[in-house]
Amino acid sequence: MEAEDRTPEPTLFPAGGERLEPLEDAPGTARTPLLTASAEVLEFDDDEDDLEVFSKDTSLANSFSPSMPISPSSMINQYKFEDEPELKDLFITVDDPESHITAIETFITYRVVTKTSRGEFDSCEYEVRRRYQDFLWLKSKLEEAHPTLIIPPLPEKFVMKGMVERFSDEFIETRRKALHKFLNRIADHPTLTFNEDFKIFLTAQAWELSSHKKQGPGLLSRMGQTVRAVASSVRGGVKNRPEMFTEMNDYMETFSHKINVLDKIAHRIYKEEREYFNEMKEYGPIHTLWSASEEDIADSLKGVASCIDKCCKATEKRMAGLSENLLPIIHEYVLYSEILMGVLKRRDQIQSELDSKVDALANKKADKDLFSEEIGKLEDKVECANNALKADWDRWKQNMQYDMRSAFTNVADNNLRYYEECLATWESFLASQTVDHHGEEDSEDRP
Amino acid sequence: MEERGNKRGGSETPLGRGARPAGRSGGDFSEESRAGSHHHPDTPPCPERAGPRGAPRPVPCGRARCACRSGLSACAQRGAEPLIAMESAEAEASESRPEEDGAVPAGDLPLPEQPAATMEDCLAKKMEITVSEAEKRTGRNAMNMQETYTAYLIETRAVESQNEGQCSPVDSLWRRYSEFELLRNYLLVTYPHIVVPPLPEKRADFVWHKLSADNMDPDFVERRRIGLENFLLRVASHPVLCQDKIFYSFLTQEGGWKEMVNETGFQLKADSRLKALNATFRVKNPDKRFTELKHYSDELQSVISHLLRVRARVADRLYGVYKVHGNYGRVFSEWSAIEKEMGDGLQSAGHHMDVYAASIDDILEEEEHYADQLKEYLFYAEALRAVCRKHELMQYDLEMAAQDLTSKKQQCEELATGTVRTFSLKGMTSKLFGQETPEQREAKIKVLEEQIQEGEEQLKSKNLEGRDFVKSAWADIERFKEQKNHDLKEALISYAVMQISMCKKGIQVWTNAKECFSKM
Repeated sequence: MEAEDRTPEPTLFPAGGERLEPLEDAPGTARTPLLTASAEVLEFDDDEDDLEVFSKDTSLANSFSPSMPISPSSMINQYKFEDEPELKDLFITVDDPESHITAIETFITYRVVTKTSRGEFDSCEYEVRRRYQDFLWLKSKLEEAHPTLIIPPLPEKFVMKGMVERFSDEFIETRRKALHKFLNRIADHPTLTFNEDFKIFLTAQAWELSSHKKQGPGLLSRMGQTVRAVASSVRGGVKNRPEMFTEMNDYMETFSHKINVLDKIAHRIYKEEREYFNEMKEYGPIHTLWSASEEDIADSLKGVASCIDKCCKATEKRMAGLSENLLPIIHEYVLYSEILMGVLKRRDQIQSELDSKVDALANKKADKDLFSEEIGKLEDKVECANNALKADWDRWKQNMQYDMRSAFTNVADNNLRYYEECLATWESFLASQTVDHHGEEDSEDRP
Repeated sequence: MEERGNKRGGSETPLGRGARPAGRSGGDFSEESRAGSHHHPDTPPCPERAGPRGAPRPVPCGRARCACRSGLSACAQRGAEPLIAMESAEAEASESRPEEDGAVPAGDLPLPEQPAATMEDCLAKKMEITVSEAEKRTGRNAMNMQETYTAYLIETRAVESQNEGQCSPVDSLWRRYSEFELLRNYLLVTYPHIVVPPLPEKRADFVWHKLSADNMDPDFVERRRIGLENFLLRVASHPVLCQDKIFYSFLTQEGGWKEMVNETGFQLKADSRLKALNATFRVKNPDKRFTELKHYSDELQSVISHLLRVRARVADRLYGVYKVHGNYGRVFSEWSAIEKEMGDGLQSAGHHMDVYAASIDDILEEEEHYADQLKEYLFYAEALRAVCRKHELMQYDLEMAAQDLTSKKQQCEELATGTVRTFSLKGMTSKLFGQETPEQREAKIKVLEEQIQEGEEQLKSKNLEGRDFVKSAWADIERFKEQKNHDLKEALISYAVMQISMCKKGIQVWTNAKECFSKM
């Protein structure tokens, strides 16, 4: 597997280039109880001030925009972003899948190469190996840290539809590309790019990562979250959901449906093109076979055979273009639509926590002060969540628009190239024939 | 008799007919070019004929497979030399040729001594022939059972080359497919040395899933109509066949034609062995050219059927690719409803995808005509094989006759000299039961000598027949080869033209779509 060229992530949306405007809250906003858990994790790098600071304030850094001057070097980074929005300082590639066979299991690892000029990284280049599980871990950490941010999708664990073997080359390559995309999308995200777990994922050696993972919030606490989540959703719909999020929800429902249909259509087109290609492969050679029995028209027949073969190759290229561009993008957005629905739900959850506490306050007059403080915190939490989501939503929409536009334009280009190639080949055949044809008519001698 | 259609008495002359068919305006044929109009490779194929009565119809020749430019007969564009050469060969052959196999009964059948038609004399030049319509009919068949069939309207009109403005009246009659078959069978038997043009297929073959295999399907009927017209034009422009009276009556005489054909007794003349194409006859000295030709016709048949099969599959798949794109239209439209900035681009792109999906129907319909052109030569291969077969049988009969003669001569010699060289039952019997009397022997010798004389005469005439057959058959085969090469090359060119048109349409649609996408 060759290292893929750095995916030219749209420089329109560089990491940190988008200021999350609504987040005017100054640093010092209270940490939310939910998120402090992650802050405990990163204690090992004590000599790196930046890192430490980051680690302590992970929750803040991850909830709010990088506009918060947490450390001098981070300030420098932000400064850079404001002046030169095109500057990308984190380059990641995922390549070189390798099979590992142990007594217990077989799994694939991918090489993750990071090149960076950021100060908070010790080195400017890292090379680590990660397996799918590690990516899953990273994603769940990001979701934990940023429940209302849109975390990019991971390729699926298994492929249900499609007859792809678990470890077939095609499957591995598709997965590798998707993993590459995943990391790069995080890198381009103004908030997520500074997430500590992300950094560790990119830089830590295998054993380091394992031990880091183990220090995560216990299973119990995670279960606790889930329980709470379930409970809150059971409590009923969100009463005070702002209009904006209802609109988002409606949008996502329709979008989700349409993108799934598009996914089916795109796959179907690919399938039809492949079947067409298979038949074409047989079509050309018959003409060559025929030409062997003929004299006068042998050349014409061979000409047709050659045209058909060329068109066959052109159709193969068209297919490849589809599978390299449109199919992965649409699939990514199918996954995105699920993620977004999830994000909206989590926002609702956060809000319903607040709402239920407010209700509780209304009923219990006692411990009013305690409740007020709690409610205050929850209100902040809700506001943060809402703002984060709103900003990320806008960003996501712009990305989506760009991605769709470029993907479909690419499809059009592929088709144009296909038809132009075929046109050229048939036109040159025709030219050769009409020359002969008129030649025959003029000449007295016949073959 | 199931024929209906325009009732006109069977007037004999090719020119000057009676009243026009009802509902037909005089100007119908005036816009059409002459039967000799020609198709240049650069011009687009001639438009489909209009369906309804009274609408102007283009002359049925725009396409490459039009008989009037196939091979030699009517095509003024091509040089006249090969025609003349063939004519004289034909003339030679027909002069020296005795009667056709078996006897040609007197009456309406042409005398083979007639020279082949020249380019100008050929019927296709004198008469415009079209199969202009098809109609569903119900009638009673031979077993008095109700049946549904399709009848085809054959229209003929004399070509007035002198008076430009004048339009001769159109004559017409209805025929059904089985009558075409009868005509062709008659021609096959009557002209075994001619590669007789084939009929369009009886049942739809090589269909891809969108095409119906139903004989009553309008598209099938339409394509068959064109095929039947093509058949008539091919016969009418064949130097020998066009002079056949039965053929002429087929075109012009409504009633009593079937009886007329049957009266020729051609069915009796048909060599049943010709049907058994797979039976081998051990021929010692066939003309090598015919043996090669038989191989060629087998190869041609095999390769064209293979090609047609795969083409049908390719068409099927291509149809699928285009039609699936049509799904984009609807999804884009629904999606555009929730998008503000992307909406317009999506919506208009969707429209172009619909256009793309719809465009395949016309493309594939045109390709069907190309397939029909190839099919004609698939069936021609059989006609070729029939001629080779005829040669084989004649040669076989000849060799058998020679063998018989030799053995009779030997018998005679033995009887005369008394030596028994070959074993014979008679010899044994005479040995056992006593010699024959000299008188008996004399009588036998006399009989044998008579037989030998007859045999020698027959052998001589058979030899002559065989040689003449080879000569005239080979002349027609050369004519056919030229026609085939010409037609197939034109067909391949027309295929390229079709592909080019398809590519251009594709480029246009996707250019438009790309513009819409860029506005998303």
